[in-house]
Amino acid sequence: MIEAEKLTKYYDKVAAIEDVSFTVEKGEIVGFLGPNGAGKTTTMRILTGFLPPSSGTARVAGHDILTNSLQVRRRIGYLPEAVPLYTDMKVAAYLEFVAEVKGLERRERRRSIGEIMEKCRIVDVQRMLIGSLSRGYRQRVGIAQALLNNPEVLILDEPTVGLDPKQIIEIRQLIKELSGQSTIILSTHILPEVSMVCQRVIIINNGHIIAVDTPENLTARLQSSAKLLLTVDGPVGQVEEALTQLPGVLRVEPRDEARDATVSFVVESERSRDLRRDVSRLIVDRGWGLLELRPADMTLEEIFIRLVTEEHQEVQ
Amino acid sequence: MMNVLPIFKKELRSYFASPIAYVVLTIFALLSGYFFYSLLTFFSLNSLQASFNPAFSQGLNASEWIVRPLLRNIAVTMLLLMPAATMRLFSEEKKSGTIELLFTYPIRDWELLIGKFLAALALYAAMLGISLLQLLMLRLFAPLEWGPILSGYLGLLLLGMAFLGLGILASSLTENQIVAAVGAFGALLALWVIGWSTEVAGPTLGPILSHLSIINHYDSFAKGIIESKDVIFYLNFTILCLFLTLRSMESKRWRG
Repeated sequence: MIEAEKLTKYYDKVAAIEDVSFTVEKGEIVGFLGPNGAGKTTTMRILTGFLPPSSGTARVAGHDILTNSLQVRRRIGYLPEAVPLYTDMKVAAYLEFVAEVKGLERRERRRSIGEIMEKCRIVDVQRMLIGSLSRGYRQRVGIAQALLNNPEVLILDEPTVGLDPKQIIEIRQLIKELSGQSTIILSTHILPEVSMVCQRVIIINNGHIIAVDTPENLTARLQSSAKLLLTVDGPVGQVEEALTQLPGVLRVEPRDEARDATVSFVVESERSRDLRRDVSRLIVDRGWGLLELRPADMTLEEIFIRLVTEEHQEVQ
Repeated sequence: MMNVLPIFKKELRSYFASPIAYVVLTIFALLSGYFFYSLLTFFSLNSLQASFNPAFSQGLNASEWIVRPLLRNIAVTMLLLMPAATMRLFSEEKKSGTIELLFTYPIRDWELLIGKFLAALALYAAMLGISLLQLLMLRLFAPLEWGPILSGYLGLLLLGMAFLGLGILASSLTENQIVAAVGAFGALLALWVIGWSTEVAGPTLGPILSHLSIINHYDSFAKGIIESKDVIFYLNFTILCLFLTLRSMESKRWRG
């Protein structure tokens, strides 16, 4: 349903995304996971035809986003992150306008709007000005406008951001209900959200796709090993040998960017064991200088940790 | 083509949902009412004097003394008011981010643009309608020549389209409504007064400046003459502005 091919977007000279390729099958719910500024919004804007890519292309619902943008736009529903709605319009009038612009027939329009308002639970507020609605209701009106043309592909940018926990649960429930009809791609920076809603996850960081897998597989992959980054003031060969012999260590990899007399290593260990104590004791006992010891910034792990901590902070 | 209508309706509704339409219409009604009143009293004073001195009554008619200066004053008023009517058309959508959704709906750029343009034109036409009521009132008391009036209004309509075109262009270039309004007003005023330098500019530049002047082309309409070169000037000017607006909408996408 969606085939992205080497999408790249530069803002001035900074790459927002680079060589982003992925496919989404019909009927899937795919989560776009990454910290803020990773390139999620840029990718989604490209898929909707709002931004053209600097290079690369994509096919959405069988049409090329560059050469056949209008056909793509007929088949998608989009909810931008900021949920930009006309605050001076009433909910029902706004949906009427969107339905008209999306080309729904007059007869179909009324029925469709009624159904979708029911589904998104905004029937009660249909006579209210959008500007006077709460954040949660606005989000639902935003989703309602995305659904109006019965889109084959639904693109939701951070659909739960800024909502309170009860509203978050409602919106997630709504998205799950929609999964039968549309292919859904949603972005989030909240780790548990993907495992709750999505069948597949695309992890993106600094404009690059890092992993594509099911939430279960990703978790399993993460639990297999852990990596430490170590900088030591001592002889390379001896240090490496001593580390390799340490119980629990799977692999030791010297890094070539050593400065002065210091040496850096990446030490891989079993996930369940924290080797920091053992490693530091070993180095100190041998009389070498321990300059640095920290969990390695291994892309996937680090992102997960960042995502988890972001979630943690938000809950607090 | 079908998509022009929903955009047109939405924009028109938006004019009347905000104070803009009411303020613009009210101020225009007050100003043009005052112009009409002062021209009328001046004319009746002169008519009174002419009744004592028949020689003076030569060339004294309502069309010449009331209608023509009234329409000219309306043109000046529009110069001041129309940038306020066009400033929000794109700037507001950019500022609030609604342009992002609008651009991802299945409508073409030109459909969006024409919808917005026609909504502004409808507001403008409503203003002209108000001033036409005054002339209908005048018709009760004085004979009027309808030819110059109709051509004068045609001229005003074309002039207004040029004002609106430039206003929309300015609005598409910035997300700040004040900048859009001031930019459009400044550019229109510059194009208006450019004709003043015709006399001093010399034999080559003079006619060019005179031709560029946005108000010089209106003069023949006021006299009751519809010249194709003037009609074409206003249409060309409007189309050029709308064309540049389309380009500006496109570049917005490319630049992100």
